[in-house]
Amino acid sequence: MLAKRIIPCLDVDQGRVVKGKKFKNIQDVADPVEIAKRYNNEGADELVFYDITASNEERNIFLDIVEKVAAEIAIPFTVGGGIRTLDDIHNVLRAGADKVSINSSAVKDPQLIKRAAKRFGTQCIVLSIDAKEIESNKWNVFIHGGRKNTYRDAIDWAMAGEKLGAGEIVVNSIDADGEKNGYHYNLTKKIADAVNIPIVASGGAGSMEHFVQILQPNIADAALAASVFHYDEISIPALKDALANQNIVVRRNP
Amino acid sequence: MIAIIDYGAGNIKSLQFALTKLGYESYLTTDQGEIRNSNAIILPGVGAFEDAMTALHKADLVEVIKDEANNEKPLLGICLGMQLLYETSNEDGLSNGLGLLNGHIERINNCVKVPHMGWNTLSLHRDSTITYQLPSEAYVYFVHSYFATNINESELISSTNYGGLIPAIVRKNNIIGMQFHPEKSGSTGLQLLKNFGEMIS
Repeated sequence: MLAKRIIPCLDVDQGRVVKGKKFKNIQDVADPVEIAKRYNNEGADELVFYDITASNEERNIFLDIVEKVAAEIAIPFTVGGGIRTLDDIHNVLRAGADKVSINSSAVKDPQLIKRAAKRFGTQCIVLSIDAKEIESNKWNVFIHGGRKNTYRDAIDWAMAGEKLGAGEIVVNSIDADGEKNGYHYNLTKKIADAVNIPIVASGGAGSMEHFVQILQPNIADAALAASVFHYDEISIPALKDALANQNIVVRRNP
Repeated sequence: MIAIIDYGAGNIKSLQFALTKLGYESYLTTDQGEIRNSNAIILPGVGAFEDAMTALHKADLVEVIKDEANNEKPLLGICLGMQLLYETSNEDGLSNGLGLLNGHIERINNCVKVPHMGWNTLSLHRDSTITYQLPSEAYVYFVHSYFATNINESELISSTNYGGLIPAIVRKNNIIGMQFHPEKSGSTGLQLLKNFGEMIS
């Protein structure tokens, strides 16, 4: 049976992993290659690396890290941040990434998803949506690290993204991010109901119970988290045991 | 030396890293001579079926791959590379594959999410050296929207279940197909690549 996935997320700035709270007050945590190896050994199912700087020279540092990670670990990983063109996608895939996550650039140029899916395959194009609740049960898509409201409805955008060829959607709740009060259940569920591609929940994980809630049938296929893993608040093997105890199918023989 | 056919498919570096880790030398190539001189061939692949076949035709590689497979050189098709081994595909209209194996490629039924993405278990149908030392119900990493149907039952080594039976490992003598990504499937995947490497005489 297809297992639910646990995905540690690493924000990379100038070659180092950082974690922000509500995208601000970023502080340094660790070396990306070392932390990737650690998560791989602990049984993470995938990893995500976000390049949060992305000036041109730093871009090359980042590609170098992607290649080093690919050499060290034998699980899939996604790269996001600063992906604007087909060449950007080509470069990270050639460096050893399996998927690319597109966010602001896709909002500005939705056809980028279509062109990318056609050239590289639907399976490696991940649409990442930063959504903020603007009134009860209504979410808008925000871009530029959650700073700019696009006034586009998040659920409509998810459906459009699937049609354009995205193979997976990351649903990141700006409201829940960094708060550790749990994933945004309603938002994630609404988007999961609206599309027929895998859904990755993001933002808000603080306890094992939060993972249990969001990984129920017909909600999220995978759960992404950063600080609870980086700061050793939750260990991946213990989390997988807890999920298995709640009859959630997880991979436990890495 | 293992020739990895480099016809523009996405992430093939991970495959090369995995082979290096196992002590196998490999090179990325589209050169017919290099392919003929190799000890084994890996046909990777992501993207669309027809585009991949067009790229193989353009690079004039279809005949050399068929010849070498018919000459009993170990050939491993991974993901789309496995699908290309079959006769035809329904992806974006009917198109022809390499025809090294009998069967047809169809889209996964929409009763489940498509693509099939993530770790799923292998069920063994028959013993083969390719699954040597594999734990039962081992997890491997899948990411695909199409799968092989109407295949020769005798060539099915392992399957997985996703909206029905999906052939995961197939084998006809020296020709092997893996629908998942062994290079991304942790220690299980490395064992499978090692088993393929052991086929090199």
